Amino acid sequence: MGKVKISANIVRQENIATDIFSMIIKAKEIADLARPGQFVDLYSSDGSRLLPRPISICGIDKQAGTLRLVYRIAGKGTREFSELTSEHQIDVLGPLGNGFTLSDKKAIIIGGGIGIPPMLQLAKSLDCEKSIVLGYRDEEFLSAEFKKYGTVYMSSDNGAFGVKGTVMDAIKEYGITGDVIYACGPTPMLKAVKDYAEQNNIEAQLSLEERMACGIGACLGCVCSSKDVDDHSKVKNKRVCKDGPVFYAEEVEL
Amino acid sequence: MNTKVNIAGVELKNPITVASGTFGSGMEYDEFVDLNILGAVTTKGVANVPWEGNKTPRIAETYGGMLNAIGLQNPGIDTFMERDIPFLKTKDTKIIVNVCGKSVEDYVSVVERLSDCDIDLLEINVSCPNVKEGGIAYGQNPKSLYEITKAIKAKAKQPVIMKLSPNVTDITEMAKAAEAGGTDALSLINTLTGMKIDVKKRTFAIANKTAGLSGPAIKPVAVRMVYQVANAVKLPIIGMGGCMCAEDALEFLMAGATAVAVGTANFNNPYATRDIIKGIEDYMIDNNIQDINELIGCVK
Repeated sequence: MGKVKISANIVRQENIATDIFSMIIKAKEIADLARPGQFVDLYSSDGSRLLPRPISICGIDKQAGTLRLVYRIAGKGTREFSELTSEHQIDVLGPLGNGFTLSDKKAIIIGGGIGIPPMLQLAKSLDCEKSIVLGYRDEEFLSAEFKKYGTVYMSSDNGAFGVKGTVMDAIKEYGITGDVIYACGPTPMLKAVKDYAEQNNIEAQLSLEERMACGIGACLGCVCSSKDVDDHSKVKNKRVCKDGPVFYAEEVEL
Repeated sequence: MNTKVNIAGVELKNPITVASGTFGSGMEYDEFVDLNILGAVTTKGVANVPWEGNKTPRIAETYGGMLNAIGLQNPGIDTFMERDIPFLKTKDTKIIVNVCGKSVEDYVSVVERLSDCDIDLLEINVSCPNVKEGGIAYGQNPKSLYEITKAIKAKAKQPVIMKLSPNVTDITEMAKAAEAGGTDALSLINTLTGMKIDVKKRTFAIANKTAGLSGPAIKPVAVRMVYQVANAVKLPIIGMGGCMCAEDALEFLMAGATAVAVGTANFNNPYATRDIIKGIEDYMIDNNIQDINELIGCVK
């Protein structure tokens, strides 16, 4: 009982912002087991594109047996996915990775760019007081859906909405506090969150991204640097796809 | 119907194994494929001590292929013997341990450590393009290849498979050097050295700059080299390089390979090995082939 690769029916797909798509797939076997912060691998139907694309899980509906995947077009593979409709199927492997460790401590949920989608299921699953900080370049998406689960603060690179700057600027500007941080976003953002958490002695769980091949921990393509020698690798490396993608801030070097 | 093949006195229940580095020691794929159905599991390269491997990004996709520069990250022989071999011994499949090193002494020390181990075959990686020392330095010079083969054969208790690089002018010259050094079998091909540039970032797609190209993009090169080597030496060959389906595996067998390793295909489909074994059996039934050995090298 665990990971499976299935051919999933696409329930529906919509374009929710520039190059950002929201796809709902029927994948009962995966939805049954999925936890917030895990991801799936999507496969291209074009034989010239061999490697699966890792996509975070934005929503898990165990009753309907569906998963919601919100992703950005980053190349030909994700462009192919964006053109699929409810008449199509897609090969999907999952659930992959470890996911977040949920607690009832007062939470700061931080998402940056395409690191925002997995935080939606997390916000839904956490039963505690939540401050939600979302960082965008210049166009927001999903923020309205977060409002059901906590107080939402935003930042944008150009100041078009929210605080001008980064999620860290928003945290400082609004004086946001909490006892645990959950974060997913680009590496510079995670680095800033890690520094902030260490300076303020707050527990932080960071979801990392890296180029992947197998997605299941076999090929050692997607490692990150760890502070101590890892028990599996016996070197200062951890597998993002299998040991992560979520790590405690103090475990990893960014 | 017989699907058994023989590599240097070791009988495989069918000709399908996996390419070193694509399958770990099988633990991660055990969830998808019953390892008992495989002819053999070929492990990720193991060295005398743990290796950190290269910086990331280590992976990039290319048209019909992929580049990798893992840099032979491995936990070292001690952990491998305590953890990976006992796991594989619970399975009814042959064990091919891939060995890497930075010097002849490194290789020999790993081979000696494995001498009392209940494993079936040693595959010697003298062809990794992604590490600076050792590896390919031995795989691109016939004299060095002859010498390292001889040094390993002098200490090895299990039959030895030398894994050849395609990044040479004449692969038959290398195959003959390994044969003269006393190797019991050959495996080929390792990856082709490649490069990809990220034009948006104006930098290399892979931190190591160069990387090994694998996948269906290299299969015609691999089949050609297997054919050439099969006709140049008298050794059994494990063929590999872009085998994605049963038809590809049959190409390697017909070109002269006794067994075939499935590599990059595992990333595209974790059930690839199972599907290929089934596809070969279907081909044999459809074409009334009683013994798979009839197919090996049947295309002259």
